[in-house]
Amino acid sequence: MPDVRIVNVTKKFGKIVAVNNVSLHIYDKEYFSLLGPSGCGKTTLLRLIAGLIKPDEGEIYIGDKLVNDVPPENRDIGFVFQTFALFPHMNAWDNVTYGPRVKGFNGERTKTIGHEVLEMVRLHERLDAFPNELSGGMMQRIAVARALAAGAKLLLLDEPLGQLDAKVRDELRYEIRRMAKDLGLTAIHVTHDQSEAMAISDRIAIMKKGKIMQVGTPQELYMKPANIFVAHFVGESNFLEGYTSTVNVKGATVELRGGIKVQTVEKNVKLGERVLLAVRPETFTIEKGTKKNENSILGTIERVTFEGTDVRYEIRLENQDLVVAVKPSLTEEWFNMGEKVTVSFPPERIHVFKYPEIGLREEIAVE
Amino acid sequence: MQIRKDTAFGNMRSEIWADGLLLSKKFTEALDRLSSKNVVKFGVYLTAVIVFFALILLPPILGIIFKWSAMQQILSQPEYMTRALNSVENSFLIALFVSIIDIIAGLPMAWLVARGKSKWLNVLDTLCDIPFIVPTTALGYSLFLFWSKENGISALFGKTLISPGWLLVMLLHFTFSYPVVVRVIVGALLDYKMEYEQASRTLGAPPFIASRTVTLSIIKPSLIAAFILAFSRSISETGATIMVAGTFENGPTFIWNMQEEFSKVNPAIYEGSIVFASFLLIAISCIIFGIIRIFGPKLKLPIKRVWPSLERKLSYSPAVTARNSTALIIFLAIVLTPSLFVALPAFQALFTDTLPNALFGRGELWSVYWHSLILSYFLGAVVTVINVIIGLPMAILIARKKFGTWMSTALDVLVNVPLIVPSIALGVSLKFFWKETLAFIPEMLLLIFAHLAITYPYFVRSMSAAIERISSDMEDAAKTLGAKPLAVFRTIILPLTKYSILSGAVMVFTRSVSETGATKAVTTLQTAPLVIVDIVPKANGSQIIPATFLDIGLACGFLILFSFMILLALRLVVKGKGRY
Repeated sequence: MPDVRIVNVTKKFGKIVAVNNVSLHIYDKEYFSLLGPSGCGKTTLLRLIAGLIKPDEGEIYIGDKLVNDVPPENRDIGFVFQTFALFPHMNAWDNVTYGPRVKGFNGERTKTIGHEVLEMVRLHERLDAFPNELSGGMMQRIAVARALAAGAKLLLLDEPLGQLDAKVRDELRYEIRRMAKDLGLTAIHVTHDQSEAMAISDRIAIMKKGKIMQVGTPQELYMKPANIFVAHFVGESNFLEGYTSTVNVKGATVELRGGIKVQTVEKNVKLGERVLLAVRPETFTIEKGTKKNENSILGTIERVTFEGTDVRYEIRLENQDLVVAVKPSLTEEWFNMGEKVTVSFPPERIHVFKYPEIGLREEIAVE
Repeated sequence: MQIRKDTAFGNMRSEIWADGLLLSKKFTEALDRLSSKNVVKFGVYLTAVIVFFALILLPPILGIIFKWSAMQQILSQPEYMTRALNSVENSFLIALFVSIIDIIAGLPMAWLVARGKSKWLNVLDTLCDIPFIVPTTALGYSLFLFWSKENGISALFGKTLISPGWLLVMLLHFTFSYPVVVRVIVGALLDYKMEYEQASRTLGAPPFIASRTVTLSIIKPSLIAAFILAFSRSISETGATIMVAGTFENGPTFIWNMQEEFSKVNPAIYEGSIVFASFLLIAISCIIFGIIRIFGPKLKLPIKRVWPSLERKLSYSPAVTARNSTALIIFLAIVLTPSLFVALPAFQALFTDTLPNALFGRGELWSVYWHSLILSYFLGAVVTVINVIIGLPMAILIARKKFGTWMSTALDVLVNVPLIVPSIALGVSLKFFWKETLAFIPEMLLLIFAHLAITYPYFVRSMSAAIERISSDMEDAAKTLGAKPLAVFRTIILPLTKYSILSGAVMVFTRSVSETGATKAVTTLQTAPLVIVDIVPKANGSQIIPATFLDIGLACGFLILFSFMILLALRLVVKGKGRY
């Protein structure tokens, strides 16, 4: 039963270090995503697991077997390519049954498997069509069916939904997860779309420039980002600069621009250290006029945007910092442009990070 | 570009440079815009077709057509008729057999060269071209020496291993078509998208099954192209075949023998036999190529059945090592060594006074040799460049069926004709055509036209197969992004087929440098191969220019060496992501 262990794996292409000393443990039957911006190394890592390329350093284990020197056809995997890579000279049925055929399954068994997987991806029509006659969504489903038909227990998907339109993408992502769970597969899914990863993964690894930034469940990544990059890449964060002014039993107080003091529950900072606070837009409380709450700052509404389920407020605080707050549109009262408000945020929802040496912009850059 | 602007001259220079860049950019843009006009597009393709007919196709066959009536002579003589028909039949049998074997032997070699990782493979790749570089008569003589004469391999056996006859002819044909087959398949493999093979591997197919069921089918157009080139060459080659045929007759040797017997005594019979044999060879070959063209794409390679355990064994060492070693051994023992055998005395020559004689141009041979070498390389370069220019539009026309399916099939078949016409007939026909049309045509121009006709099919064949493999989606994408046709060609087709272009250019160059039979018939100028013809002993031992064994070895040796170096340099310069 395949769990996948990646131990200190590095892969270089010339001078570029695509995967930099990465270690990961993906559990058996888990739906695991590799999430990150383009060029972060997630596809390279997936191809290393598949055996399409070899690591320069480190080991990869599938099940308990060291597979560094095992070629792809012996790793018992299914791989869905970003461009589908359907064989142009074979029709849909021949593509799907290719795996069973090359593994030597007899005719009857091949036919049964073929029909089963096509049932699963709900694509029984157009079986004798050639890839260039099929729509994107159909090609994708054939590609998935093909990967499943070979019977492998480890499913690797390289941006499988990237080529599809939005509505189709939304529907298909749940289907892929459902199929993987129904078949008891371990799945590793590469994507740059965080809502996709959050919606269907048991756990996610965030990657940047060849390194793992954090691994956790979607909730963990969202509620407890380990660093500034994750805080920014997953969901949205407001960043406020400041210095720690006191450290007491509850946590540190941070002095923001303009002398405004804010209480946090972070205990791991030194006095006088330059820090960055990350606050999610939905954690703000906004009240009309001037109130004196814990961690409250006065501000003026600069812009109001209606986004369907939410209303988005850009608020200029009295210290000139600009923050974004998001409120549900149906349940709360609305504020208007120009209105003076008090913005407060609970100490437990503030994440404190050391101010990055390379600067904030570089730290959160995705390219 | 750093130009000092603080001087008046610097100012002027930078202005001129900027103007120059702007001008060339504007020029390119103007050309691009021009290319989207239907008139221009149509004009370019039409010109390519007209040039093809006027320069390439008609000259060789018109000579035959003019002498049509001479066929009477042959048709009325049953004895010669039978001989003619037998020889034609032999030609086709040999061509078919040799072409298939060439593909079987060439595939593993092409795989090794295209997919291998060592830098030495560049050298191996260039070595594969050697049989193609050696002038045809010298090649025939070399194989004769190696397989039949006492100081060749027969020395090991005490008797003549393979005497002149059908087996030696087959060996010869296998040898000189081997480079073509390898070249075309290597080009195809390098242009191929690895993703399909990777996908098949992830589905559980070991490398052998993946290559057989997926890659081979996708590069099928190039396999067919390689087959056609090998087949055609076998049908038409004369200069080398006569050296190894003995009493065996295929089409070209039949014509040659008739010439020897009758050209002085009874020219009508000689002309009759040229016309008859050539006509049969061309007509039947065209039918065969037409069938291949129509049914080839529909032909499905056997990919449904797999033998997992057997093919799994074949995919890894030791089977792979065995396969590569066998391919290498076959290449070295059967293709390379016999081809170079005639040049081996060159090493001996280094230690005698033959070498300084050669280098200082002393004696009847060496005084003309160096000029002939320069002439040959110059001719090769000119012919290559012209072929690329006039051949590309034709290749696109055929691959993309710009003038409709039927026209494309017809053109595809016709492009092969110059390849099929026996070179001796080709030479005679060309001379006749051009001297009749342009009485005072300069010899050099005549020579260029002749070589163009002979080498054009190699380029167009290779290119159209390569273009066929590019999905027209890519061109469509470029068009929707606003690219005019010329820009699509420059930015999409050229880069994606560069390995096939180079592959085609190499074949053209080497074919031109080694071409003998037709060149002899068409001109009085001495190219390097013609000088070599003069020094290679005829069947009765006589030579036109006296030369020792060492002289012959050295003359062939220099030619092979320089051509080899040019090709290797070309390969390394274009290196980038692979060999071609």
